[in-house]
Parts: sequence; structure tokens; C-alpha cells
Amino acid sequence: MNFFSDIILMLDSSVRLAVPILLAALAGLYSERSGIVDIGLEGKMLGAAFAAAAVAAVTGSPWLGLLAAIAVSSFMAMIHAIASINMRGNQIISGVALNFLALGATVFVGHSWFKRGGSTPNLSTEARFSPIELPFAEQLGGIPIVGEIYEQLISGHNLIVYVAFLAVPVTAWVLFRTRFGLRLRAVGENPKALDTAGISVTRLRYQALIIGGILCGLAGAYLSTGQGASFSDNMTAGRGFIALAALIFAKWKPVPVLWTCLLFGVLSAAQIRLQGVEFPLIGEVPVQAIQALPYILTVILLAGFIGRSVAPKAVGQPYIKER
Amino acid sequence: MGQDSELAIDLRGVSKAFGPVQANKNIFMPIRRNSIHGIVGENGAGKSTLMSILYGFYHADSGEIFVNGTKVQIKDSSHALELGIGMVHQHFMLVDNFTVLENIILGAEGGFLLAKSLKAARSEMERLARDYGLEVDPDALVEDLSVGQQQRVEILKALYRGAEVLILDEPTGVLTPTEADHLFKIFEQLHAQGKTIILITHKLREIMAITDSVSVMRRGEIVTTLKTSETSPDNLAELMVGRRVEMDAQKTSGDPQKKVLEVKGLSVTDELGVPRVKNVSFDVRAGEIVGIAGVAGNGQSQLLEVISGMTEPLLGEIWINGKRVEFEGAKTAAKMRHLGLAHVPEDRLKTGLVAQFEEWENSILGYSEEPKYGAGQILSHKAAREEADQRIEKFDIRPPNCRLKTANFSGGNQQKIVLAREMDRELDVLIVGQPTRGVDIGAIEFIHKQIIAMRDAGKAVLLVSVELDEIRALSDRVLVMFDGKIVTELTPEASEREFGLSMAGVDPHEEESTPVATGKVSAGAKEGVR
Repeated sequence: MNFFSDIILMLDSSVRLAVPILLAALAGLYSERSGIVDIGLEGKMLGAAFAAAAVAAVTGSPWLGLLAAIAVSSFMAMIHAIASINMRGNQIISGVALNFLALGATVFVGHSWFKRGGSTPNLSTEARFSPIELPFAEQLGGIPIVGEIYEQLISGHNLIVYVAFLAVPVTAWVLFRTRFGLRLRAVGENPKALDTAGISVTRLRYQALIIGGILCGLAGAYLSTGQGASFSDNMTAGRGFIALAALIFAKWKPVPVLWTCLLFGVLSAAQIRLQGVEFPLIGEVPVQAIQALPYILTVILLAGFIGRSVAPKAVGQPYIKER
Repeated sequence: MGQDSELAIDLRGVSKAFGPVQANKNIFMPIRRNSIHGIVGENGAGKSTLMSILYGFYHADSGEIFVNGTKVQIKDSSHALELGIGMVHQHFMLVDNFTVLENIILGAEGGFLLAKSLKAARSEMERLARDYGLEVDPDALVEDLSVGQQQRVEILKALYRGAEVLILDEPTGVLTPTEADHLFKIFEQLHAQGKTIILITHKLREIMAITDSVSVMRRGEIVTTLKTSETSPDNLAELMVGRRVEMDAQKTSGDPQKKVLEVKGLSVTDELGVPRVKNVSFDVRAGEIVGIAGVAGNGQSQLLEVISGMTEPLLGEIWINGKRVEFEGAKTAAKMRHLGLAHVPEDRLKTGLVAQFEEWENSILGYSEEPKYGAGQILSHKAAREEADQRIEKFDIRPPNCRLKTANFSGGNQQKIVLAREMDRELDVLIVGQPTRGVDIGAIEFIHKQIIAMRDAGKAVLLVSVELDEIRALSDRVLVMFDGKIVTELTPEASEREFGLSMAGVDPHEEESTPVATGKVSAGAKEGVR
């Protein structure tokens, strides 16, 4: 074990830890760019994680699990859409309600279904998303540095990881290079400008929330059938909120979202590595303090270094045609 | 039907109700192609609603709409655009952090990918700019543009979508006189290129100056449609309000007494450190109205803010009733009120009112700690509401309901709420900024009378307005501001040329027409002029 492969290993686990946050943050990006506050990312992810694990456990297929995850998460996104677009309700309240709904319903359904105190059975390897070996990974692995990075860091992740990282340039392209993106950015800033141009604000916001639902579905499925092998109570553990924070930190822009999420991934990975390590002068630090490190750093970064982060102007306001 | 083909738009019996409110009632309005058609009416007369129906924003409850002689059912705004109807709203429908070009293509992108649409739009924009004199930098962010330029973007948006009929809702309400002139030049270009223009306004001078025909609306109905050449502003005003309106405020000459408000060597910088008011001195005597004229943005707002105690001056002094005002940050404004100064701010919604409050709450805003509204921290709703009811009657505020949310009052009535609060008390100095901005004719007449009544009751009145007509109608003396300085003092009877020159920074009293270099002309020094 040399220092270099230590770094590679840590980065590798950073990537794995960043994926669910990245997907959720991108989901939030679509939704908030359209002017809908999405505090329910956490709940959608949790609901999706349960659906993926449960369906994969019953059918043995991770693909059916993924489909179920997307269905559940999109369904929840539609509840949010109806509440905040059609009923013009308070978007924060609707999102918080979804979070509580997911927290309670997953355990309740899980317990009455599997009788394991809310968890789902452990999945076999076939029922999970398994690592994909990229071509020539083994052969190239012998080459120092470049080859090692390719074999250990880039190759060997499951499909959802690659989808998540691909989603970043795709989102940037959609947002800044396409008609849909232009309208999406406009509807979050000044929905009236779109309405008077003859474009349906409602339809556009629904589309944005559906995309968000799909991305949260991927994030949830990754947690329970990619990274993990079962669902457990509250397994998202606040990742949806971290994603929201990352989104604000990245000023609602896709590429900065990627860096922010990776940063959080690195902090989480470092936290795992630092557990039980003897520090000079301080000695061994309690594990709880180390575990809190990424969260504390997130708060410091968000509060201290964020600068001016201007939200889409119309975010959180229901659109009402004026008399 | 054939005989109608010279009509671009023909509305036949259009009606629209919002709940119990009949906004439009059986409207007939034929509009000839390539004409400039004006629609006048007081606030709430239904002009904007009618145009929103034509633009597909609302659906008429009944009635028929003909476009170019063909009956149409306008489904939504994109359908109206397809039919060649474009609209420039009073409050612009632009995305502030988009470029001009992005705003123009929004909703009319053409294809899924933006690059191609943006390229096409750029060359089309250049053509439109050439043809109509609509120059705007396509890559500028809208938030960096002046209001006049933003309006040009709105017009470009409509033209880019192939509008043949252009509806403009109160287009000059937010413009400086120069910008308004530019807009009228654009109208001439549009007219020359065969476009039809529908102009909604309450400024009768504009109607008289540029329209071919005019429809008068009152309480949701068309009163009449006339050829502009066959009517007069007095006639239109009477038709709008439904009774004779005194267009020119009737006032006798004033009887100025002792100096009540004295401003000495005042200089003000804004938050960015830019000098806005430069060494301004003047005084206002009891029983006179001193008007401050000038194109918007020449320091009048900053001057008002300091005199009302909202901000602090860099240099200079303000004296009220012979007492020097000590500036003490946030407390200053309240202190000035104790000294007998009342302030009607320029922007009623920003600084005069809380739109979400009920009327009576705004009626005591800033004065809520007075003992008559209850002892200590506990507010007597009853006392406040009774007083609000009295003021509603005295100032003819409609609807007469002090429990109604302020946002639901029209602009004119909101302005009256502020005026009532500030005028209906013991005071010596009244500072009024833009008293009739966005206010309809009937209310203008009323407000003007109230201001003159204050003067006749021996109060000192300082009036700041960008409406030169208003300044000339009300003031006993006029100070003209340019670039933060007082250029000169004029009598209200001074010629158009004298006003024009001084508003551009040239003192017409000086022999050679050279711009003034310093604010050396103070009202006090020129007292003997009148």
C-alpha cells in the first residue's frame, strides 16, 4: 500500500458517496429552475430507495426495482406538482409533508410486507446493480498512474454512477443550448414573460418536476440496490438536504453542482478514513465528531464562502394570472 | 363581411366579468388598418382587460372578435400572436437576467436547438432596428438596460413574432419626456410600415398628438369612439369621467408669509458615493407652492429623501420653522414629523404604503404611536378605523371600506390614502413627490385641489414632479433641477422654451446660452424676481 493508491481508494469512495447527492441535486436543479422549491428531495429519494429494494427483493431484478423507484419518486413529484402548481399551496409545506410521508410509509409498508422491522431482505448479487468493468481496464491497470486511475477510479462502478456523471453535461446542454432549457430558465425567473408569449407555465413546471422525479428515483435505487444491498429505515440520512445545500452552493448551475457534490463526497470519504486514527497532540477523536465533519464543513462552506447566490427570482411563488 | 376588410380589428359586443365585477360590457370597437387608435378611460374602466382579451390572456364571456374581417376565437396569447396581434404590457414581460436576444426568441425559438434560433434572431433584429429605429444591443442583459430600452425590447419581441397590430398599455407612464418622444418617433415608423397601433393611455395630450381615432371607456363600457381631429382634451376628459372636469387647476395668486422650510447648501451622495444633489439652497414660505421641475433622475428623488429625513446629507443644513434639523439616522424622519413636516413619497407602493395592509392600517402608518390611537403598545382599532372612515369620506376614497386590503384599491385611491394620512393633521410643511403618477384624471383634479387648499390654508408646500404641466399648474415659483443643481428659478408662466432650456441645464436668464457650472443660483438670492 503506497500513498498514491491510498489516494485513489479514497477518491473512489468519494465518487460512490457523491453519486446520490449529485443525482438529487440535479433533480432539485430542474425543479427550482422552473420556480418550484424542492425540499422533498429527501423524501422522494427515500421512497425510491424502498421501492427499488422491495421490488428487486421480490422479483430478483434490479431493473424492475429501478422502474419501481422511478415510478414511486415521480408519483411523489406529481403530488408536489398538484399541491404547488395547481392548488398553489406552499411549496415548503408540501415538500416537508412528502419527507414525513416517505419516512413513515417506507417503514410501515416495509414492516407489514417483509416483517423485518422496516428493512427489506438482503439482495443477492443478481438483484443489484453490479460493477461494470470498462474495456481493457485490467490490461491498462499495469500502467502506472494513468492506468491505475483508469482501472481503479474510472472503471468498476455500477451503471447508475455513470448515468449520474453523464447527467451533468447533459443537463448543462439542455439548460443552456435548447429551447426547453431557455423556457425552463425563464419560467423560474418571470413566469409571466412565458405566459404572455403563449407558453403554458403549468406544463413546463410539470415537465421539470417529472425530470426531477426520475433523477430522484435513480438516486434512491442507487442507495438501496447499487451502493447498498437492502433498504433500511431512513437510509437517505439527510442526503436530500445536503443536495439542496449543494445546489444553492453551486448557484443552480450544473457543472458547479458536480464539483460541490464531489467535494462533499471527498469529505465523507475522509471521514470514514479518519475514524480511529490517532492525531498528533489531540489523540483519538471521538467517532461522532469525525462523522459530523462533512456536515460541519458543509455549513462552513455554505455560510462562509458562498458569496452571492441568487435564486431563480420566481422560486417558491405560485403562478397566478393577474386580473 | 367584405366591407369590413379594411378593419384590422373589430370587436362586437364583447363582455367579460370577474365574479361580480363586470369589467367589460358589450364592447363594440372597430379599428381601421394602419391607424393609430387610442383608448382612454380612468383606472378600472376596463381598458387593460379588453386588450388582454384581444391578446388571448383572458377569454370573453360573450361577443365576437374579427381580425382582418374573419371571425376568430382567440384561444391564448400564442394564438393572438399567430393572428398578428402583439402586446407591450405596462409592466414589461421580460426575463431580467436574460440577454435581449434570449428575451426576443423566448416562446418563438423555432427549433429545439438555440444556436440556430439565436443566429436567425440576430439578423432579424438588425433588420428591425434599421426599419423602425429600434436600436438595442442584442447581447446586453435586460437588467442593465434603461426603462426606455426595455420597452424597445418589448416592441421588438412583438415585431419579431410578426405582429401587424401592436397594443401598447400605458407606454409612456414609465418614460422620461425624451424617451417618450423617441417612442413616438418609433410609432411614426411603425405607422409608415403599415402597422396598426392601439394605444392605451390616460394622457390626453398623447391621444391628441398621435392618434387618428379614439375610444373612450367608462366603467367597462364604451362611451363613444371619435375621430381625434373632431375632439378636444376637455371633451375627452368629460366623456371619461362623466362630468365636467377642470383640466387646469383653478388657483388664485398666493400670499407667501414667513420662511418655513429652509434648505442651505445641501449636497447628497447616493450609496455608491455618486454626487446626486450638489450644493442646493432654497426656501419655501408659508402659503406658497414651490415646484421642482426637471427630467427624472436629476437629483429630485435624492433631494426629497433628504428633506423628508429618509437619508442623510453629505453637507448642508435643513431648517424647519427656524429650527435646524439634527440628522440621527433612522429617527430623523419621525423627528421631522414632530417639527411639522408631512411627506407624500414619490413611490406610494415602495415607501408610502404597505400594499398587504388593510386601508385603516395604512392610514395610521408612521403615526401609530400617537396617543389618539390608544395608550402605550396597545392599538385601539376602533379609534384608528373611525378616523380612517372619516378620511375616506373627506378624501373621497373609493371603495369606501377601511377593512379592504390596500392592494385592491386603484392607483388613484391608493394615492389618496397617502395624501389623507399626511394632510389630515397639524402640519406646517408639506413635501409632495409625484402626486399624480399613475393616477387617473378624476383623481388628479381632486389631488390638485387638495394641494392648493393646503397652500391657501397657509402651509408651505414643496412639490416635486416630472410632469411639467402639473408643476406649472400648481406652483407659485418653479425651481428647475439638472444634474443635481438648481439651474434657475422660473415663474410658472415662463415660456416652453425657457423651461426646455433650463431642464437641459441652460439658464435662460443668462445672456449667453452656456450650461451652468455651479449650483450658485439659489432661490433665496433671487427672491426679488417675481
